[in-house]
Amino acid sequence: MINSKTTFMGYRRENGRVGVRNHVIILPLDDLSNAACEAVAHNIKGTTVVGHPYGRLQFGADLELHFRTLIGAGCNPNVAAVVVIGIEEEWTNRIVQAIAKTGKPVTGFGIELHGDHDTIMRASKVAKEYVQWASEIRRVECPISDLWVSTKCGESDTTSGCGANPTVGNAFDKLEPLGVTMCFGETTEITGGEHIVADRCATPEVRAAFMKMFDRYQEVIERHKTSDLSDSQPTKGNIAGGLTTIEEKALGNIQKIGKKCKVIGVLDKAETPTKPGLWFMDSSSAAAEMVTLCAASGYVVHFFPTGQGNVIGNPIIPVIKLCANPRTVRTMSEHVDHDCSGLLQREKNLDQTGDELLDIMMRTCNGRLTAAEALGHNEFVMTRLYESA
Amino acid sequence: MIHFLVHDKKDTVGVAVVEGIKAGQQLTGWLMEDDSTVTVKAINDIPIGHKVATAAVKSGDTIWKYGFDIGKAVADIKVGEHAHTHNIKTKRW
Repeated sequence: MINSKTTFMGYRRENGRVGVRNHVIILPLDDLSNAACEAVAHNIKGTTVVGHPYGRLQFGADLELHFRTLIGAGCNPNVAAVVVIGIEEEWTNRIVQAIAKTGKPVTGFGIELHGDHDTIMRASKVAKEYVQWASEIRRVECPISDLWVSTKCGESDTTSGCGANPTVGNAFDKLEPLGVTMCFGETTEITGGEHIVADRCATPEVRAAFMKMFDRYQEVIERHKTSDLSDSQPTKGNIAGGLTTIEEKALGNIQKIGKKCKVIGVLDKAETPTKPGLWFMDSSSAAAEMVTLCAASGYVVHFFPTGQGNVIGNPIIPVIKLCANPRTVRTMSEHVDHDCSGLLQREKNLDQTGDELLDIMMRTCNGRLTAAEALGHNEFVMTRLYESA
Repeated sequence: MIHFLVHDKKDTVGVAVVEGIKAGQQLTGWLMEDDSTVTVKAINDIPIGHKVATAAVKSGDTIWKYGFDIGKAVADIKVGEHAHTHNIKTKRW
């Protein structure tokens, strides 16, 4: 059982935030720089490439989100140090300077006027220094209130709403009074339960901000839809698992915010929360996009309930999978960190599965690798708002 | 053995939580709201995770789950029938 005296062994960073991993990341500014980043990570063992296909000719809010996501990933306290590589120096330096504000080591390299070979050599030398430096950082005892925990479910089915999602909700209800910072999102996947989330908002101002974000996303759907979205939301996997409508999926989804937690604020995509409690973050419901946004917001550990068996991981934050579908637990056991299928046969209650999830969370924060980490799942997917120029 | 779960007394569908439910099988359900037991006879095979109707509804009627509106019937649905995309649609979008 956790309480206000519970501690974990984390990495306290220069700015006071606490991480549960000690990554040295090689971060491309743009699509063109992935090859050089991969070469550096090949040269220097113990570094992680955070590759992605974007960063050229973006503009306006979409460009701002690109920068916010990359800068947020670099600032995340699970990251000890960062090497940034971009095709040119100006935007590369914009990322470097923003990450440097955390106090952590960060160096940027522009490929133009150097070429890949020279860039890879210079970046590899810095990456080697960072990895050796980071390998001597020791975990220290930290209060549970230093934790930032996010959640998003995926490949959901009806068992998600019966078992795995309410297990997360039970854990969130127990973490909130301890001063933990939490978030949920998946804006379109609240459709049909938006009134329930609105009623959980702590103040009229938060409620208005939530409804504004919700309505904004509904407008995106209205603008682009060619049908009632029944070909994509619920997904084919959701439907195979027995979910029929978006309303049913939404009511299962919001079981993740428990029975007591109040929503204390609303974040735009990849924005950083400013105080402990449960935040709503406007976000896509696509698994890797949402988890990437959580990493960029500064969350350090993630609860991922699944029904049919989503296999996602993330290069920055450990993704803890839980599942209540006995068939998935049997057929995809290597992906499941916490089996809560006993709930469906009344062999266990939510208090028990919630406590078990918190136990796995504490072990993960203390260093235990998740199934996704052990299997090498490193999905980093950036959200785009519209076409490039 | 619990074959299906029902969240709320108002609900008109339950969720199959075991594999291999066959047409004609007598099913035992757990009504979670008041911890009581409900029974239905399956009209169709019901895959795990899929819904079984626990009340008869007419085409156009609202379908209730978690005590909330999850969409509308687009065909008449009998007690014990498989309830999914062939006979229920969203009211949104």
